[in-house]
Amino acid sequence: MTRYFVTSILVCLLAASPVSYAVDTTQMPTPELQKRYLGLTHELRCMQCQNEAIADSPVSLAADLRRQVAEMLNAGKSDDDVRNYMVARYGNFILFRPPVSAKTIWVWATPGILLLIGAAVAVRITKQRAALVDQDNEPVEEDIRSS
Amino acid sequence: MLPELGHFALILAMLLAALQGFFGIAGPALGRDRWTAAVTPAVAGQFVMLATSVACLIASFVDNDFSVLYIAENSNSALPLFYRVTAMWGAHEGSLLLWIFLLGCWTVAVAIGVSKLPRRFAARVLGVLGVVSFGFLLFMLATSNPFLRLDPPAPDGRDLNPILQDPALAIHPPILYTGYVGFAVAFAFACAAMLEGRMDQMWARWTRPWTTAAWAFLSVGIALGSWWAYYELGWGGYWFWDPVENASFMPWLVGTALIHSLAVTDKRGLFKSWTLLLSILAFSLSLLGTFLVRSGVLVSVHSFAADPTKGIFILVFLCVMIGGALTLYAWRAPLLKSQAGFDLGARESFLLFNNILLVIAAATVLGGTLAPLISDSLNLGTLSVGTPYFNPTFMLSMLPLTALLSVGIHANWKRGRLSDSTRTILITLTIAVTTAVILVYGVYSNGKVLSPVAATLGVWIIISSLIDPIDRMRRKLSLPRSVVGMAVAHVGLGMFVLSVTTVESFTLERDVALGVGQQTTVGNYEFRFQGVEAIEGANYNGVEGTVVVTRHGFPISVVHPQKRQYWVQRQVTTEASIEMHHGSNVFVALGDDLGAGKWSVRFQIRPLVNFLWLGAFIMALGGAIAATDKRYRMAKEVTAPVAAPGGVTAG
Amino acid sequence: MNRFLIPLGAFVLLAIVLAVGLKHSPEKGIIASPLIGKPAPAFTTTLLNDTNAKFDSGQFKGRWTLFNVWGTWCFECRNEHQALLDIAKRKEVRVVGLDWKDEDPTATQWLQDLGNPFDVIATDHDGRIAVDWGVYGAPETFLINPQGVIVHKYVGALTMEAWEREFLPRINAKS
Repeated sequence: MTRYFVTSILVCLLAASPVSYAVDTTQMPTPELQKRYLGLTHELRCMQCQNEAIADSPVSLAADLRRQVAEMLNAGKSDDDVRNYMVARYGNFILFRPPVSAKTIWVWATPGILLLIGAAVAVRITKQRAALVDQDNEPVEEDIRSS
Repeated sequence: MLPELGHFALILAMLLAALQGFFGIAGPALGRDRWTAAVTPAVAGQFVMLATSVACLIASFVDNDFSVLYIAENSNSALPLFYRVTAMWGAHEGSLLLWIFLLGCWTVAVAIGVSKLPRRFAARVLGVLGVVSFGFLLFMLATSNPFLRLDPPAPDGRDLNPILQDPALAIHPPILYTGYVGFAVAFAFACAAMLEGRMDQMWARWTRPWTTAAWAFLSVGIALGSWWAYYELGWGGYWFWDPVENASFMPWLVGTALIHSLAVTDKRGLFKSWTLLLSILAFSLSLLGTFLVRSGVLVSVHSFAADPTKGIFILVFLCVMIGGALTLYAWRAPLLKSQAGFDLGARESFLLFNNILLVIAAATVLGGTLAPLISDSLNLGTLSVGTPYFNPTFMLSMLPLTALLSVGIHANWKRGRLSDSTRTILITLTIAVTTAVILVYGVYSNGKVLSPVAATLGVWIIISSLIDPIDRMRRKLSLPRSVVGMAVAHVGLGMFVLSVTTVESFTLERDVALGVGQQTTVGNYEFRFQGVEAIEGANYNGVEGTVVVTRHGFPISVVHPQKRQYWVQRQVTTEASIEMHHGSNVFVALGDDLGAGKWSVRFQIRPLVNFLWLGAFIMALGGAIAATDKRYRMAKEVTAPVAAPGGVTAG
Repeated sequence: MNRFLIPLGAFVLLAIVLAVGLKHSPEKGIIASPLIGKPAPAFTTTLLNDTNAKFDSGQFKGRWTLFNVWGTWCFECRNEHQALLDIAKRKEVRVVGLDWKDEDPTATQWLQDLGNPFDVIATDHDGRIAVDWGVYGAPETFLINPQGVIVHKYVGALTMEAWEREFLPRINAKS
């Protein structure tokens, strides 16, 4: 099992990716669809060369998945329909943007929470030190504005 | 013969590292001066052994000694000489040796630099470095020996991975590692200070130049990797938030916070325990990066061959080093209390905000990188995190940071009111907004909502950074290197921010299928494809295309993008043609042969993209200038445990 | 509590996460399939070497099926071929193959040279069926129960040992 993966990952690394890439000349019928197509193909991970988007990966699976996206868009499906289709078959791993769901919300919430904590720390420390500044008579080095 | 010599030298190096670590820590702790004095010879000896080992490996590469397994896997007789040398660090075992060797180089430099410092403290610093070196050497000899023989010898080698046969990528690891490893010095200083119980301002002043130098190297290393990716990989991308890229970026972010925090500790004796923690954190992230790259725990295009045994070893090493340092921290830090104060509008406040935001950014990147692992461990299912996650969350902390920079850069130490610099701030902001608006709506177009904001921030930083130096020159004040360095580094940052904005907002991209004589238009440029012809190089053959580039009909250039196939590994690489015209990069890369003379070709116009790497290099330059400020030349009279802040030259 | 112990505590947590990650890492590349427990995706396609007859996924009902996705271009498929032949001989399940992204004559020749373990071989020339089944690299093997529901997926070259460890217990538990 490990050998399979070492081989396939080596295949991706050595023979195909990342120094070879796909130049995807697909043209959708309207600029609006083209924009959505490019957006989606850049958002979906190539499951074989897992660090590339299907837009850029040269393996045949990526071409198949791109075709699937194009067909669904041409059939009038929404972007979410395409994403759900892919996730239903490959799991969340195929999305570069983690979905917002009960199991994944922590990933999105963390930066915001960190910022709130940071703000609280900033407020506390600046208040603390501002209160001390009048009692603090130590001189600062002559060049006041230097680093 | 040579490989055996190299192997033996490694073993000796490991023993000497052990002695260095032992004497350096036990000597001062037990008051044994003879042991303390033995550290420096151990440092010298270890370095000589490491240099010998590296020399042997490189010589064996140059000699095409395919009886060595590592060389058989990473080289080839047709490989040009330059790459036979750089192949030494082309894979796991050799690059690890390079890592340890560079640690040895830093250690020698530190040994010379601390020779004027109190002997016991200096010994402790070198002792900690010895322990780190010992751990890595043990790991190498136990699991990753580059000198293993191949019996019977291979008739020829498997060749160096063709993507590594490139000058920028060849020097990327040495420079990157010099940065990574350099944070070990700050780590060692911090540990020495904690072991000694001496955590005064002098420790901060001693640490600063070393930390800034390491940071500068890391900046250049990362920029080189990004630049290489841009011109070599054929997508015109320069950053992918790949786990291994993140592994080098996190120490950089924390390192940046550290150099700013050190400034506060040096100047005012504040934030001591925080600076101590950051010193530990920066190197810890370097070690973590080593773990991520070599253990197979994360999927990445960069990672070396995965091997869980190596992973376990590194993880244990991580626990010992980081766990040990953090335990020391928990023990010593509570003793550090300062009664110094500062106003809300003072420089210290802004540096505080700088630190908080940079650490949040690093934590965000860490969280995103480890998210798949965490989700899996907690049985929350599979999860994947890429650019669409990292970009917005990273900007969340970085946008405020860049804005605060331009405001806080004028603030005075200790007693600062924002009202003092209001006029300056408004003037610089106005100029910045005007420039940005002209750029976004006049020069380029079809930007996104954020474009004028981000462009303003970038230009604002550049202008704001120049105010102080210009003002000093006007008032005929001294212009010390620390001031010049700071201005230069911040200008570099501003250029970087501006470039990211223009590239992300105004890049034009098109992939087209073209037959001979066919033309396509992208932005202001027209491209006519003239077909391809076969070419041959030193160890590859391929095709070279010809594309005539005109701008509004006027001839600009004729470009020759190539696709190469390397003989031995049969790998195909792209050599895109990239040229600068009118401030933008015109990027042309060959895609696939579609038959009947038609080829798919990728065209990109990327405005101001070179400022990205230029900005990064200028940042590093600024750091280098600042690090050589004369106040860091360590004077002989440094013995008092608590020095008055104004003691050393005002600079 | 000493608040300076927080960094150490955070590091311990991180180390645990990394250790768990290391333990799982041999299977790192294997993405769990979301199709387990769901009905087999429906399809109808031609058979290898008999373009008149069709295979319909409704035919999965009625007995246990081993559904193996393979191709002549796939290196590891060669490695698993002997195991497939051995499993087929045991007649515990019906063995259905999906010839993925291949030319019929090439595939036929390949099976003639190496042996044919399959009761039926469906073809997927353009890859649509594979995408529908969430296949991302050959060889992959699915276990389908008599109700037509996918109960297990194995990625990589199948071995007799894996068969006995992962497939047989599931077959025997139900029947």
